[in-house]
Amino acid sequence: MNKSEKTALLQSAGAAEEIEGRSLWRDARIRLFRNKAAVGSMIILGIITLLAIFAPLLSPYAYDQIDWGYIQEGPNWENGHIFGTDGNGRDLFIRVLYGARVSLAVGLLATTVSLIIGVTYGAVAGYFGGKIDSIMMRFVDVLYSLPFMFFVIMLMVVFGRNIFLIFVALGAVEWLTMARIVRGQTLSLRRREFIEAAHATGVSNFKIIFRHIIPNVLGPVIVYMTLTIPQVILTESFLSFLGLGVQEPLTSWGVLISEGAKVIEASTWMLIYPAVFLALTLFCFNFIGDGLRDALDPKDR
Amino acid sequence: MSVMNKSAKKDASPILSVRDLKVHFPISSKGLFAPDRQLKAVDGVNFDLYPGETLGVVGESGCGKSTLGRAILQLIPPTDGQVAWLGKNIVGAPHRDMQPLRRDLQIIFQDPLASLNPRMTIGEIIAEPLVTHKPELGKEEIKARVKRMMARVGLLPQMINRYPHEFSGGQCQRIGIARAMILEPKLIVCDEPVSALDVSIQAQIVNLLQELQREFDLSLIFISHDLSIVRHICHRIMVLYLGNVAELADRDSIYAAPRHPYTKALISAVPIPDPEIERNKERIVLTGDLPSPLSPPSGCVFRTRCPFAKDKCAQEPPVLERVSDSQEVACHFHDSI
Ligand SMILES: Nc1ncnc2c1ncn2[C@@H]1O[C@H](COP(=O)(O)OP(=O)(O)OP(=O)(O)O)[C@@H](O)[C@H]1O
Ligand code: SF4
Ligand SMILES: [Mg+2]
Repeated sequence: MNKSEKTALLQSAGAAEEIEGRSLWRDARIRLFRNKAAVGSMIILGIITLLAIFAPLLSPYAYDQIDWGYIQEGPNWENGHIFGTDGNGRDLFIRVLYGARVSLAVGLLATTVSLIIGVTYGAVAGYFGGKIDSIMMRFVDVLYSLPFMFFVIMLMVVFGRNIFLIFVALGAVEWLTMARIVRGQTLSLRRREFIEAAHATGVSNFKIIFRHIIPNVLGPVIVYMTLTIPQVILTESFLSFLGLGVQEPLTSWGVLISEGAKVIEASTWMLIYPAVFLALTLFCFNFIGDGLRDALDPKDR
Repeated sequence: MSVMNKSAKKDASPILSVRDLKVHFPISSKGLFAPDRQLKAVDGVNFDLYPGETLGVVGESGCGKSTLGRAILQLIPPTDGQVAWLGKNIVGAPHRDMQPLRRDLQIIFQDPLASLNPRMTIGEIIAEPLVTHKPELGKEEIKARVKRMMARVGLLPQMINRYPHEFSGGQCQRIGIARAMILEPKLIVCDEPVSALDVSIQAQIVNLLQELQREFDLSLIFISHDLSIVRHICHRIMVLYLGNVAELADRDSIYAAPRHPYTKALISAVPIPDPEIERNKERIVLTGDLPSPLSPPSGCVFRTRCPFAKDKCAQEPPVLERVSDSQEVACHFHDSI
């Protein structure tokens, strides 16, 4: 480069407009929005979420209101019980939406808990490596081998049914896998030159983990997260099925399905509606997870 | 060859003195009761580096060049020996003492893209050393300095918000250089900074490094296995073999009159542009493979491939001996060969 070019460069330093960069996140978003199944799933999930949020406005009945005239009756557009009623004469439509609130909230909260614990734990173990890593991961192995479902059931029996306990219990199980994923990614990352460059400059370990490691492991983490949410929803449903879910008159999809299953011959609608919502939600999360995986980890980067 | 660098200021005191530096990696052995083995990646290296000087480090793959560079910067803890920075030993220095020194010690890597965090913008990447060491400057001033440095290394400052994957290899290396230069350090370890680049771009990057060196009175440790680039940029050259220094000499001495058989072999393998000389020059061809650094040969580590090896070579390791003002050689028979 000669002198005049250099001065031209220096002059342009102040003058020229800064050009926006194309971050990897933006590229991934564009790829994700090209995936029809994922976009469709996001729309359906969005609708279910909106229905859950605005549930009280959508039905003339309250979720715990007993309509003595219609006990366990099938769907009927004239009287407003569009999904029918349950054995206590409560409107099933509004109850399915309230169930959506509980199931989605449990899924999101428990996953968030597992995300925060798992990512931090895994990143620390993988980053420091050596003895710290061995001890931390042995602890994870031990927790893995414990029969957690049994503990959850014990806890419920002792402390009574408590929605908060469900969040904590599910989050506490799910973070183990998250920690393993993040640790594996971190192990391979910490040998990379840009981490070494940060070391050479004297960036603190804390900042290296949060500025350099975690943003670079977030891809697989987000994918795993979208696959954890349905898993948690399913586990909650399973607990509810065992009669350990949320307390009456509150409900969740699992509770509704378990009630419906008992009367499957007489009142099919009581099983079908909550089951359809649950299945639809699980499918959507899985499609989004697949879409995210393709979007975040393209082979032709 | 191009313009000569101004010669190193030998009269000044060295900014860096490395004494008997060793880096041994413990390798866990397969047997249950067998003790761990030591991989001697760097095994007793000595040299001084002067302000404004470029020291070339050459040798085959796996001879410990990168390990040496990292051990000097304390990125890998040395097993033994001393690294004196401005007269003060920094091996085993506590974090508190090391932190202010990091301002003066920087590194540039071989793989330009891998040395940049893909999730950060160029501006954030180049600013990181400033943010770490001079946070008091404030956002605006840091940004202004980043832009100035970008222009200085030949990047358009308006690219400040772009991401590494939007740049070519050569540009990425300029970004890495800008990051290393932003604190105006005294020493940069360049670990094969141009090996991954196109030949046409190699010269640009090497020239940029030379310009910066003159402008900021930088010292460089230039690791490479390309002897013609080393000849172009370095004042002195250190030849490593299996973690040991084979020869350490001024650039001109080593190319004109290499004294160690290994150096002779390396230099005779470099093609000379003149076909007449090329055809008639003395050639030493190395036979055999590089021994494993896990079980280096006894005595002289080079003896398994040395055409001049004698009995003594298997028994005693040669020490680095000064053979002239500007040349040191580790060979028992440097006089006779
Ligand atoms: N962290 C480590 N643990 C164990 N062995 C290592 C480690 N780092 C390097 N080594 C070994 O030390 C020796 C020297 O490696 P080094 O990377 O310094 O070589 P190099 O001269 O830079 O080679 P190249 O030209 O391929 O970059 C090699 O045998 C390598 O396998
Ligand atoms: S000491 Fe012996 S083996 Fe080593 S380089 Fe000299 S002659 Fe060759
Ligand atoms: Mg190397």
